[in-house]
Amino acid sequence: MADVVDLLDVVAVIGSFPALAGATLRVEPGEIVLLRGPNGAGKTSLLRLCAGLLPVVRGSATVCGVDLTVDRRAVRRRVGLLGHANGLYADLTVAENVAFWGATVGATRDEVDAALVRLGVGGRLAGVPVGRLSAGQRRRTALACLVVRRATLWLLDEPHAGLDAAGRDELDATLRQAVQAGATVLIASHELERAAGLATRTVEVVGGQVVGVAP
Amino acid sequence: MSVWAVARRIAAKDLRIEARSRVLVNQVLPFSGVVMVLFAFALDKASSDIPRQVAPGLVWLATVFSLLVMIQRVFAVERDDGALDALRVAGVTPAGLFLGKTIGLAVQLLALDLVLVVLAVILFDTAVAGLAAAGLLAVTVVVAGTALAGVGTLYGGLAAGAKGRDTLLPLLMLPVVVPVLIGATRSTEAAFGTGGIGMTEGWAWVALVGAFAALAVGGGALAFGALLEE
Repeated sequence: MADVVDLLDVVAVIGSFPALAGATLRVEPGEIVLLRGPNGAGKTSLLRLCAGLLPVVRGSATVCGVDLTVDRRAVRRRVGLLGHANGLYADLTVAENVAFWGATVGATRDEVDAALVRLGVGGRLAGVPVGRLSAGQRRRTALACLVVRRATLWLLDEPHAGLDAAGRDELDATLRQAVQAGATVLIASHELERAAGLATRTVEVVGGQVVGVAP
Repeated sequence: MSVWAVARRIAAKDLRIEARSRVLVNQVLPFSGVVMVLFAFALDKASSDIPRQVAPGLVWLATVFSLLVMIQRVFAVERDDGALDALRVAGVTPAGLFLGKTIGLAVQLLALDLVLVVLAVILFDTAVAGLAAAGLLAVTVVVAGTALAGVGTLYGGLAAGAKGRDTLLPLLMLPVVVPVLIGATRSTEAAFGTGGIGMTEGWAWVALVGAFAALAVGGGALAFGALLEE
């Protein structure tokens, strides 16, 4: 089976700043790969490149079978990205937010309800505007939006941030369930102990390059 | 989802957010009302006929000033928590996004202009001269509102990711909306019976604004994707 992520000597820039400087990474289907490295190493840029948000300046990059050097927009429907921001609308309720993002892939009402329950934001919370939620509850809502989008490749940037212990457990369980359903996961995290327990493989990102496979 | 399905969802979402946040009702309408009242103070209607003559222009000037506030709000909603990136990753068609935001903005402009026309009648002693004039005014409000919403969404998207967007937006957008401002003012003059413009000429001006609206909406739908990527 073809790799879900196949990057070879990829260079990407943000403005004039070199975000990736010859990154090479291959991820097989069903893997949960942890990207670790210091701040500014290029972990977020790597995730954004895989999401088709960052153009490839040099090198070759194929994600979910899509050549990003040809049409990076084509990969977007197949990936789900949870970045530092949650991508939520503060004046819409939890249920309205999840339904809105679910509608982009034709998710049914039942799928929306199931995602709300799975991430612990169903019931009374579902009718609360996101702007009134705690940071952890917003993160759970963002994860519910990701679940309902049924992405092939999950790109998560510090997904455990802001979550309480129960929320972290639910996130880990959700990711394992997604992988069992056929998804592949890339996680950038500084919470190494938690993320490493979840990951099937850990790679080190330094200076915009994937410098090695960590034990 | 098709372009129109996306547009419907985006417009419904934006209008729902507006209904909850009440920015139009609590901020934009009072702002535009204050602008009209300030014009009324500055132009003393007791001593001359000038206020009545310029009332149509003031309606559209207040609309354009208010539009700047509305555009900032419409894109702040997408920018504040990274929703614009999420929309891109979700594969939402840029044309659908553009049309949805334009429709949402046009509906809000329609509500704003209805209030501004009533204020013009009250503050400047103007009146709509008959049913035909009312029809002309209604079409003007819809067509000019659509044109302004199209231009506003396009330039709002352009400025959304830029530094200094609060000052950049008016600098970029105001020169572009001059044809709408002129055309809508002339046709409103025809509807109010001021400025010596007849109904026939008023409809010609509406047609000009309509052509501009078609250009703004069509061009915007085509260009919005490239703008978002930049």
